[in-house]
Amino acid sequence: MAAGTGNGRTISGTFAAVRGWLLLPSWLTIGFFLLIPVLLMLVYSFLTKEFRGGVIWEFSLSAYDQFLFDRGLFGDDPPRIEWTYITIFGRSIAQAGGATLFCLLIGFPTAFFIATRSSHTKVIWLFLITIPYWVNLLIRTVSMKFLIRDNGPLNEGLLWLGILDDPVKLINTNFAVQLGLFYSYLPFMVLPIYASVERYNFVLSEAASDLYAPKWVILRRIIIPAVSPGIIAGCILVFVPSLGAFLAPDLLGGAKTFMIGSLIEEQFKGNAGNWPFGAAASMILLSLVLIVLTFYARAQSRDQV
Amino acid sequence: MTPIKTLLAGTAMTLIAGGAAADGQLSVYHWFEYIPQELLEKFTAETGIAVTMDTYDSNEGMLASLKAGRLGSYDVAVPGDYMVEIMAGEGLLDTIAEGELSNFGNIEAQWVDVAFDPGRQHSIPYQWGSTSFSVNRDVYSGDIATTDIIFNPPAELAGKINVLDSQGEVMALASLHLGIPQCSNDRDQLRALDALLQEAKGNWASFGSDIAKDVLVSGDAAAGMIYNGFSAKGREEGANIEYAFPRQGYVVWMDNVVLLKDAPNRDSAIAFMDFLLEPENIAAVTNYAQYAAGVNGVGEFLDPALATMPENNPGADAGPGAFIAVCDEATQRVYDQIWTRLRS
Repeated sequence: MAAGTGNGRTISGTFAAVRGWLLLPSWLTIGFFLLIPVLLMLVYSFLTKEFRGGVIWEFSLSAYDQFLFDRGLFGDDPPRIEWTYITIFGRSIAQAGGATLFCLLIGFPTAFFIATRSSHTKVIWLFLITIPYWVNLLIRTVSMKFLIRDNGPLNEGLLWLGILDDPVKLINTNFAVQLGLFYSYLPFMVLPIYASVERYNFVLSEAASDLYAPKWVILRRIIIPAVSPGIIAGCILVFVPSLGAFLAPDLLGGAKTFMIGSLIEEQFKGNAGNWPFGAAASMILLSLVLIVLTFYARAQSRDQV
Repeated sequence: MTPIKTLLAGTAMTLIAGGAAADGQLSVYHWFEYIPQELLEKFTAETGIAVTMDTYDSNEGMLASLKAGRLGSYDVAVPGDYMVEIMAGEGLLDTIAEGELSNFGNIEAQWVDVAFDPGRQHSIPYQWGSTSFSVNRDVYSGDIATTDIIFNPPAELAGKINVLDSQGEVMALASLHLGIPQCSNDRDQLRALDALLQEAKGNWASFGSDIAKDVLVSGDAAAGMIYNGFSAKGREEGANIEYAFPRQGYVVWMDNVVLLKDAPNRDSAIAFMDFLLEPENIAAVTNYAQYAAGVNGVGEFLDPALATMPENNPGADAGPGAFIAVCDEATQRVYDQIWTRLRS
């Protein structure tokens, strides 16, 4: 530290000697708590299932085989394409995609509104956005269940107002799962977009307007491209956790149809007790997420050029 | 859960488990909403042993957790009958030496030498009861003494049924409905079982065990598979529900306190088992959970209402009660396949 800044070195140059070590805590944490578990999962996905949970240390492709091929109830039919798990993954991707879309539709105007307030009202709006998230996700999901059940306040209220004649069936539907996901992850969309819009220079919009660009053209050609890093980050932050969610499907969807998260949970915690298959499903999920992130990284690097 | 929260929860659990390994501690792995907190406090007051408890909501979940590395952090668990047999077979249970339990003689004669634990080498009786289903009588007033309520429901109940998230109980009740033996390895019977569940699923609203009572009380479900005492609690909470003893038969179960292998506080575990074999203490569990104890002399401590409770009294035309059978590996594999297909 004695070097100071007086000798013409940049601030970052001051720390040149230790710079290599600054990431050490992160590397240790990531290595220990992320890479090792993921590698373990990879190894387990290629092991043999033990009867009643656990693994036998023998190489086997049966977990991936089970994912891809349907060999009938008794396991001795000629293999056909297994649609069960593809359906579960498809359903999860559709739910996560829907949640992302709804979050974007509501989150973008909200973020725009907040970012264009005066600096001290901004703080209040941001504060309001985060308040519900002081409460644990589980409790918020259970509360949602109470609100939307057949004889819950939402239905009772609509009946009382005469808007409905019969309670609308919400609980234990895909729509309820969608609602739960959307509600859980909305701030993850609002905050990154807000950060982008905040940095956006509105002089650009004014310039476009002076040149007679219609409002929607300004939005489409100028504002959205300028804040797109925030939009993409928000979409990823909503899509990825939604893909593996199991609280909302469990509590709001009635656990009747599996999503990826509940399928994996069932392999480790539930009746099935098939660890290699759970590990294989996790690896496939991880690969999907990596593909999404790769697209993002590509899009980002294109922007920089 | 965010990764941070998972990490924090994991750390907290490690700290708790670490604390529980000290002397004068007892670490219990127990079903949810089953043992009254006052009874645990009484045990601590009498023995000076502090109790920590984690809960589970299915026998299979408990087994998975123990096999995933939690063995060695708990002293006792409370598996159902068939699960005692499975856990013993997996080598997860410690043996209770003869004479080690001073209250062993209190066990009712019919529960001493049981098929799932001959001679009670690893377990003591805890509570026993039955599993079938209950129906909201405001919604449906017809005949409910038939498994059709779950597997081929009347129009009033279709789409409003909760089913236990428990393979053993669902398969056993479905087998009773079809009149086939449990763990049958006959392919036609297994196909029929699969077809029955696939068809019935369309009429079911949800799967869940810990929610079984609440969905009936709240009206989310108009019928649901449930344990007899749990249904009685739901009825007392104001739901107009009736517990059925179907003519096709129903599931009988007994939960048992087992001594886990590598128990960190083995002496505390033995003390706890002796404590639970005292009629007055086990009667407190029975009064709370509304099942039945397997210990002599509980009568005078029981709530008199329990004896006449409809959930404890199968009618004259009730079918036979059956324990859940433990299937061999080949049949279990088919059962797992059927279960996955059911949930997909």
